[in-house]
Amino acid sequence: MKIHEYQAKALLAQYGIPVPRGKVASTPTEAREIAAEIGHKVVIKAQVYAGGRGKAGGIKVVNSPAEAKKAASQLIGTRFVTHQTGPEGVLVSKVLVEEASDVAREIYLSILVDGTSRLPVMMASEAGGMEIEEVAQSTPEKIFKNYIDPAIGFQPFQGRKLAYGMNLDGGQIGEATRLMANLYKLFIDKDCSLAEINPLVVTADGKLLALDAKLNFDDNALYRHKDIQELQDKEQEEPLEIQARDWGINNYVKMDGNIGCMVNGAGLAMAVNDLIQYCGGRAANFLDIGTLNNTERVVNSFKMFIADPRIKAVLVNIFGGMARVDVIAKGIVEAYQQMDIPFPVVIRLAGTNLEEGQRILAESGISFIQAKDFYDCARKVVEAAKGVMK
Amino acid sequence: MSILVDESTRLLVQGITGSEGSFHTQRCIEYGTKVVAGVTPGKGGSKHLGVPVFNTIEKAMAETGANASLMFVPPAFAADGILEATDAGIPLIVCITEGIPVLDMVKVHRYLKGKSTRLIGPNCPGVMSPGKCKAGIMVGEIHLPGNVGVISRSGTLTYDVVSQLTSLGIGQSTCVGIGGDALPGSTFVDILKLFQADQDTKAVVLIGEIGGTMEQEAAEFISYKMTKPVVAFVAGSTAPPGKRMGHAGAIITGSAGKASEKIKALLQAGATIAPTPAEVGLTIKKVLESL
Repeated sequence: MKIHEYQAKALLAQYGIPVPRGKVASTPTEAREIAAEIGHKVVIKAQVYAGGRGKAGGIKVVNSPAEAKKAASQLIGTRFVTHQTGPEGVLVSKVLVEEASDVAREIYLSILVDGTSRLPVMMASEAGGMEIEEVAQSTPEKIFKNYIDPAIGFQPFQGRKLAYGMNLDGGQIGEATRLMANLYKLFIDKDCSLAEINPLVVTADGKLLALDAKLNFDDNALYRHKDIQELQDKEQEEPLEIQARDWGINNYVKMDGNIGCMVNGAGLAMAVNDLIQYCGGRAANFLDIGTLNNTERVVNSFKMFIADPRIKAVLVNIFGGMARVDVIAKGIVEAYQQMDIPFPVVIRLAGTNLEEGQRILAESGISFIQAKDFYDCARKVVEAAKGVMK
Repeated sequence: MSILVDESTRLLVQGITGSEGSFHTQRCIEYGTKVVAGVTPGKGGSKHLGVPVFNTIEKAMAETGANASLMFVPPAFAADGILEATDAGIPLIVCITEGIPVLDMVKVHRYLKGKSTRLIGPNCPGVMSPGKCKAGIMVGEIHLPGNVGVISRSGTLTYDVVSQLTSLGIGQSTCVGIGGDALPGSTFVDILKLFQADQDTKAVVLIGEIGGTMEQEAAEFISYKMTKPVVAFVAGSTAPPGKRMGHAGAIITGSAGKASEKIKALLQAGATIAPTPAEVGLTIKKVLESL
């Protein structure tokens, strides 16, 4: 789960990490008031769940409350497009109004869990402000890493190593070490999947400040963090994905094609999308229906397809294991009874209770295109989406 | 022969009395797996599906000689269940549970270090040695005893691949689902080592997917240590970056996580890449014929 920058900064501040003075505004007038309260040059930052804001014009430096109001009015209510959003962009409903800082140096600092060592790793780089991916590719020697033993936690010597590695001044070493220890504590306490301060700046007067911050959280651990769950901003997410979740379909990702897919299992669902593309089509979504004991989620998946105007054909590919084929078949029949299905549906069933599932479909009299295997279903649905097969 | 589980496996089921635990334990028993004990704290002394239930793993192992555990414990308690089984010294844990917090798994891995227990999963379909032992939730009937080892991060995609193999008359030595999480107990390399050492395994099918670098590590092992042929498929070529594709580990966060990078590494290592997920069976058939 992602949260906004202003929320991440509030959490950092709670953990004793210095952040610029500022507040979030939902209207241009509020932005003006906050700017007046701060009283100096301020920065107006669009609050969206996407990086690349600076380049896309989402960060504006202004010199007066009136300018702050104007800058905020240019951002609030617009849909904002960066290289990380789709072409439709994301809605800006809030801006962060912050005191502008006098920056002497920019540093990168982050913590995540490394898949190979299976340990939390803290990374620091003098190339602050840049995307770490770029730094890792062009100058990997500039990234300093420290693996953290979860049994003893982050140790001061690790902080010193990183701080000296960043060529910080003597007086900043202790401050940086404490900041890193606090960030690690936040990372562990809140089950973060990423805690990133980029840039962590050294101000002209030698102080450390988290100028931008990104916190992502482990979805699997949200059950024990009600406070974090409440921070979620649904407006920032894809409407079809929110709709899917509301209908109990947790593993739904919108894609850019016109073929609706309903599959059980994440690997199979990914492979289905790959195969559709191989056959010359494009999937409109990734949908892993998961394990189910009743037909509701099957019916809701069809509701999803109907709610998505792009859909020209639907593919159902089920390999029953935990999920039973007969339950899926019943669900499909119910969906046909409850709604008018305006697109061709290609169905491939295999696995647990296959015969019963096939019997249910055959006896229902519903019209669908039967596929005998994995390849066959992808090929047929691509043809169906092109209008070749009905 | 086979790897991880066989006729000598004496299975213990953690969470045997739950609905999923019950359903799948029954299926394992029907397949012929020796299920010797169940563990559910508070239900010790009772019997479930004809299997004696114990409060602790230590007791269950002492009284039944269980040497492997199959876990159906809910995510919030699963890490603790793995720790308990590790502490009891069980040689193999197969954890089916999906949704264990990553930081819980960080602790688990720290605890497993230096211990003899091997963990498969979590978030996996389990381990199957056809005709010998089914320790998992996979469909038993689609498997056929034979000489191809299967390793996969996925469940149902593996079922599809296994049924492709079986329908071509190609049997499997062991099928191992290592799971879809970001921090699996055993990696591709761990299992490739076992297949390389297993006399009955002649070739290996590896089903990878986007996210992480496990496929690249597997490629390195294949190129330096593996003498047996490997056929691979990597799912998620069409997945958009930054989106979690169902599995907790299936998210492209850097260029290394992309399917194309993984395929490139595996190709360079000498693995044969199946052009589509539907052609894994045919690809391994050709490879076997050329041996």
